[in-house]
Amino acid sequence: MIASLLNKQKFQRYIDSLKFALYCITHPFDGFWDLTHERRGTYAAANTILILTLIVRVMKLRYTSFIFLNVYWEELNIFLYLASIVFPLSLWVVGNWGLTTLFDGKGRLGQVYMATCYAITPYPLIQFPLMIFSNFVTVDEAEFYAVLSMISLIWAALLMIAAMSQIHEYTMRKTLLFVVFSLFAMLVIIFILMLFFSMITQGIAYFISLGREILFRL
Amino acid sequence: MKKKIKKIGLLMLCVMMFTGLSMTAYATDRSYTYNYDWWGDVQDSPDVYTVCNVYTSTDFGLDVSLKSPEGLFIQGNMVYICDTGNNRIIELERISTEEFEVRRIYDSFQGDVENKTFSSPSDIAVSEEGDIYIADKGNARILKLDHDLNYLMQFDKPIDSSLDSETNFTPNKIVIDTAGRVYCIATGINKGLIKYEADGVFSGFVGATKAKYDWVDYIWKKFATQEQRAQMESFVPTEYDNIYMDYEGFVYAVTGAVDRDSLRNEEAQAIRKLNLMGNDILVRNGEYDVYGDLYMGNGGGYEGPSYFTDVTTMDNDVYVCLDKNRSRLFGYNDQGKMVFACGGNGNMDGYFRRPAAVDHMGYDLMVLDSLDCSLTLFLPTEFGSLIYQAMDQFDQGDYDASGETWQKVMDLNGNYDLAYIGIGRSLLRQERYREAMDYFELKYDDENYSKAYKQYRKEWVEEHIVIIVILVLAAFLIPLSIGRIKAIKHEMDTADIFKV
Repeated sequence: MIASLLNKQKFQRYIDSLKFALYCITHPFDGFWDLTHERRGTYAAANTILILTLIVRVMKLRYTSFIFLNVYWEELNIFLYLASIVFPLSLWVVGNWGLTTLFDGKGRLGQVYMATCYAITPYPLIQFPLMIFSNFVTVDEAEFYAVLSMISLIWAALLMIAAMSQIHEYTMRKTLLFVVFSLFAMLVIIFILMLFFSMITQGIAYFISLGREILFRL
Repeated sequence: MKKKIKKIGLLMLCVMMFTGLSMTAYATDRSYTYNYDWWGDVQDSPDVYTVCNVYTSTDFGLDVSLKSPEGLFIQGNMVYICDTGNNRIIELERISTEEFEVRRIYDSFQGDVENKTFSSPSDIAVSEEGDIYIADKGNARILKLDHDLNYLMQFDKPIDSSLDSETNFTPNKIVIDTAGRVYCIATGINKGLIKYEADGVFSGFVGATKAKYDWVDYIWKKFATQEQRAQMESFVPTEYDNIYMDYEGFVYAVTGAVDRDSLRNEEAQAIRKLNLMGNDILVRNGEYDVYGDLYMGNGGGYEGPSYFTDVTTMDNDVYVCLDKNRSRLFGYNDQGKMVFACGGNGNMDGYFRRPAAVDHMGYDLMVLDSLDCSLTLFLPTEFGSLIYQAMDQFDQGDYDASGETWQKVMDLNGNYDLAYIGIGRSLLRQERYREAMDYFELKYDDENYSKAYKQYRKEWVEEHIVIIVILVLAAFLIPLSIGRIKAIKHEMDTADIFKV
């Protein structure tokens, strides 16, 4: 990793791919097509965007003005808080890929991940300045904050749709359909996970009680 | 091996210590007085009120002991108790802080009416002139007597087409205003308060609560049989439980017929402050609505929201509600923020078994318990007095002193939110905005914080206006001039005359 950063050519490619995120969010259709088909995106840049998102998310807790965000620190678990972003994101990537791969989707798992990460660029980009801005406003001006915050989310959502249509080479109609289906797929995965874990616990409990019974008999 | 045993021993010790510590940590009880912070967490508090004494029939020297008294009224030094079970009224005078003396006991009056006795009198009110109004519940009338117990007039069941003429009229609670108008709550009448003019004419209902209306229930009702329908809750306004008229002539009305969800969604109000039009003008600026305990789950055998059975308003607009579910007193200030909560069910002093009425004499509180047949006198502690003093000083415009007093309050209880906000508001008035902001931020008071911050921001901009203008100009001029210089340079480089 460090070695690749030191390699000047690779480093230049990483910086270019990171800059390309800015092109993607302003020219979504063109940008997301080039992202995979012209190989202009890199995993390193995608990871960077995701990590930046997580960092901004955590920083917001501490540095947003209390007018907008109050954190009950006693009950905050930072790992659970981070998981609340990473887990749905991975569910989305897996669910979307699993579904589209059955229906002529051209995107591979890695590409879906990369496109999703590129699509959430507006979030750190807007939320970070907004976090600083929040400390300079009063409740009367709170609307600005709410509107800008909403814009960052809607922008990211629209980019996500554009990204999916370009990655999988779908028509807009089919994209929207599969976005909805992917959300269902996420629910199904959650259901199966829950089933799996409850089965595992029951199975373990069975063997534990069996072991106990044997110990009693001995 | 030895090492291992040592390690295990150490571990065991640690575990024991840990469990021991945690046990002691959980063994502590809640304090008698408490408050809720911004998050809705219970914060222990020093007592705002302490019990001075609990008076029973023997303390008053009554030959016949009290029997389920329900009504309490205080005017000046006089305390009026409706001894409902014994059909009589007891007049007490408070001769010193702790001493009461019986002035009069009466169960009948003189005058030109058939029935000259009371039957289950449940409330009493005395006007400035000394006229006595008694809700004579069992006789279906409100009596007006003069000071020497001569019959003056009576207020009967209102004649209104919306009232069933068959049902009994049971006036339960009354208040009177300075003009001699009578407001009454009668059992079974849910159209609001019954209002009589001074001459005894019924002039209408005021302040009915809005009927709850639920679509799901409505549709469900369509399919229900007659019997099922009868068992269901009907869409009717709730009845009030008690009323109090404050020194400004506003009526505080409480009701216990409210459920948990509608209270939390702020669809129903446990207490309302009614103006002459019957509109609710209670200020609810607190983080939580005015409904007593925030936690309504089962605890100690009691469940559900606080059931406000009486309310009294002091001259500094702090009103105290009496909850008969958990036998607690809840004090709120004029902004609807909780000042204190205290009490509980039990037999100890300061705890009640069936509290019926609360009233105040100055800042002292008196609570009538109808099962214990006792009157509990509460006096404000040093902590409570300081709170009231700070409020009074702020109201009088003495902001510096108010801030100092709130500081003393904070020294006694560092978890008291109102103290922080009080100091902040005092600093705000003294135009020390930066300091005020810190206090407001600590207790998440965004409204006041914004007020302070707005002024601070304005001051800051005014102070730094020169630098700001220079920076803005620089931001425009530097790129512009760089471009200009570059252009000139380019021209010079390409100009013919300089070519060699």
